[in-house]
Amino acid sequence: MGVFTRLAKTFRHGIHPLGHKEYTEQLPIQRMPFCARYTLPLNQHIGVPSSPIVEVGQTLTRGQLIAEPAGFMSTALHSPVAGKVLAIAPRRHPNGQMLESIEIEADPFNDQAFCAESFNVEQDIDFSTLAIEDFIAQVQQAGIVGLGGAAFPSHVKFSLPQGKQIDHILVNGAECEPFLTNDYRLMIEQAEQLLKGAEIARQVLGARSILIGIELNKSRAIKILKACANSKTTRIVPLHVKYPQGAEKMLINAALGLTVPNNKLPRDVGVLVNNVGTLVALAQYFDQGMPLIERIITVSGPGVERPANLIVPIGTPIRELLRFCGGLKQSTQEVVMGGPMMGSAIADLDAPILKGSSGILAFTANESRTPKEYPCIRCGRCLEVCPYFLNPSRLIRLAGARDYESLQQNHIMDCVECGSCTFTCPSGIPIAQRIKAAKSEIRHREKLNKQ
Amino acid sequence: MNKDPKLLVQAPPLLRQQLTTPSAMRDVIYALCPIIFASCLLFGSSALLILLVTVAGAVITEYLFPLNGKRGESLHDGSAVLTGLILALTLPPSLPLWIAFLGGVASIALGKLVWGGLGQNLFNPALVGRAFLMASFPTAMTTWSTEDLKQGFFDIQSSNFALPLMQGQIDGITAATPLGQMKFEQQATAFDQLFWGNTTGSLGETSAALIILAAVFLLWRRIFDWRIPASILLTVAAFSSLFYFYDPVRFPDPLFTLLSGGLLFGVIFMASDPVSSPLTTKGTWLFGIGIGVLVVLIRLFGGFPEGVMYAILLMNAATPLIDRISQPTVFGHGRSATHSRHTP
Repeated sequence: MGVFTRLAKTFRHGIHPLGHKEYTEQLPIQRMPFCARYTLPLNQHIGVPSSPIVEVGQTLTRGQLIAEPAGFMSTALHSPVAGKVLAIAPRRHPNGQMLESIEIEADPFNDQAFCAESFNVEQDIDFSTLAIEDFIAQVQQAGIVGLGGAAFPSHVKFSLPQGKQIDHILVNGAECEPFLTNDYRLMIEQAEQLLKGAEIARQVLGARSILIGIELNKSRAIKILKACANSKTTRIVPLHVKYPQGAEKMLINAALGLTVPNNKLPRDVGVLVNNVGTLVALAQYFDQGMPLIERIITVSGPGVERPANLIVPIGTPIRELLRFCGGLKQSTQEVVMGGPMMGSAIADLDAPILKGSSGILAFTANESRTPKEYPCIRCGRCLEVCPYFLNPSRLIRLAGARDYESLQQNHIMDCVECGSCTFTCPSGIPIAQRIKAAKSEIRHREKLNKQ
Repeated sequence: MNKDPKLLVQAPPLLRQQLTTPSAMRDVIYALCPIIFASCLLFGSSALLILLVTVAGAVITEYLFPLNGKRGESLHDGSAVLTGLILALTLPPSLPLWIAFLGGVASIALGKLVWGGLGQNLFNPALVGRAFLMASFPTAMTTWSTEDLKQGFFDIQSSNFALPLMQGQIDGITAATPLGQMKFEQQATAFDQLFWGNTTGSLGETSAALIILAAVFLLWRRIFDWRIPASILLTVAAFSSLFYFYDPVRFPDPLFTLLSGGLLFGVIFMASDPVSSPLTTKGTWLFGIGIGVLVVLIRLFGGFPEGVMYAILLMNAATPLIDRISQPTVFGHGRSATHSRHTP
């Protein structure tokens, strides 16, 4: 690994939480058997919820379109199984709310084979000549969103304003969240598909090169992708292990040395960042016509009986997923969707897996105890870790005083809520949570002012 | 799966690092232990009594005036004990005990509570206590006796037991500290004496070796910001060298300046107090340089032989200003932001 270590790059600040990847990094991706019911919230991406086009009682094939994009900032939704529509009604969303969802009962006698007939995807498309508008429309019809966690509709990312040129397709294989290994397993098991997806993106956008950023704790992925990749266009960038390296702007800074200005997007510096899972989904769609109906997820943590990396249909109830993994240990105290740093705690195990769910983690009292809070002693550790060079100590002081004007002058809105400050605070202050609350208060006030 | 366990819903992140504020305070107390032990060996039971009484003054005050939460709860963070210990180690061994007690009370009451408790104070509480005693009892606070060092462990100096509002008779002849000798008699103390600590002085300031040991321990435990001691000591070394090379007869050599008096103790245990030092990285350097310059100026040109206390207090007062001017540039703002493209 010596060579990689010497070449490895990173961004400034950040933290080094323990990786805990050992639970699942050796486990090959397994396909989870189909279960009886699936719940698909219409709102599982950033933007406008999709609008349903099916009726209660209607029979569905696997992969059939069940909800259309309701505008440009929206995407399509497909049935993950063959079966029939049970209900279109509010159901529990992982975020705790009851949100409009399509509930599907799987047909127990169907072999659940994917039938590509309903899709007329051309074979052997020349992506370098494919009109960008067609490509964007197809990506939206495929329901592809960013699979790293944020679930930002991918077609929106690919639509560039006039005159913008993308130089580099930056592939996000950092997987800096502890416990998660779904991207790692995907990189070593589906390297060809990943490279194909990246190549599609490169050709469509006319980018010069593909860069794949991978942290050093995933050396096997670095080796495998190095071996498979076309060295003319693709370069693997080894990265030092650090959180939050997978944050878009941090990754660009680490891999390319570029700083994206605060109110700009990666495309403004000629870069497009995509998660590895997203690119594999892209390749699968253009290869087999398969829309985004399943994803790879890591089930891990000390509270899970049998940790695993699984391919699961979108909409699988968390309860079924955990049951397949042997269930929760009785000592379990908290179940988290996503990574332990930025994921959210789940209150109801009947909530489903979403397109953006990268992990289901279960923690026992050992890991998930709220530390006792002490007054801030101004030690400055939060300043030393903040990847955005904010002053979290000052921000929470101002937030306590409800001084929203000063908060904005201190760039509170730049915070990406990575939680490094909370992680590092010796006084146990939930800094990120307070900053998040102040941010939503500021947004709320702005909305009121506009009205 | 029979029954769902009761699930907690907490805000992320779920993971925390190990260090907590009370454990950091405990580590500083551990770092002080060898120094406390040495001062008891060197100055006998007088030292032990002063330590106990000062800590009692601090702890009782903290207990009597709970700012928020239950009475006595704020003692759990360990900061009151720590303040008492640090203050005691800056006191002369022959100090009457009632004065030491009053110092402990003043450091918590005036140094911390009136500001709003832990984390809110502008000045280092132990130094506030010491400044209070210096202003109130200048003679007792600057009297060092030749008897200090000659004590057996169980002998206690009679001046320790002076009645409240009285000051005791000092046994033996009063002696100057190494800094006093330098200032008023231009007489330097030998290096090894300063290093190993066999000189007159406050309880904790005499042995450079033990203070360096404590600093190494705290650095290893990552308790304090290394930039503050580094910047102070480098500034003091550089600035005092200037004077020494200008006139080696009149001015002490840099090594003497570094090792004598309360400099090392003040730098490690008081200047690096996170509460009263700047938050920002750039700010900590400015803070340290400021203290270094002030220490040298006060020692060489001021009325007192020692200037560490005032130097730190003055820079404590400047901390909000330093924080204001040393804010880091936020990622993506200012000059560091780039629109340019370059090929990797």
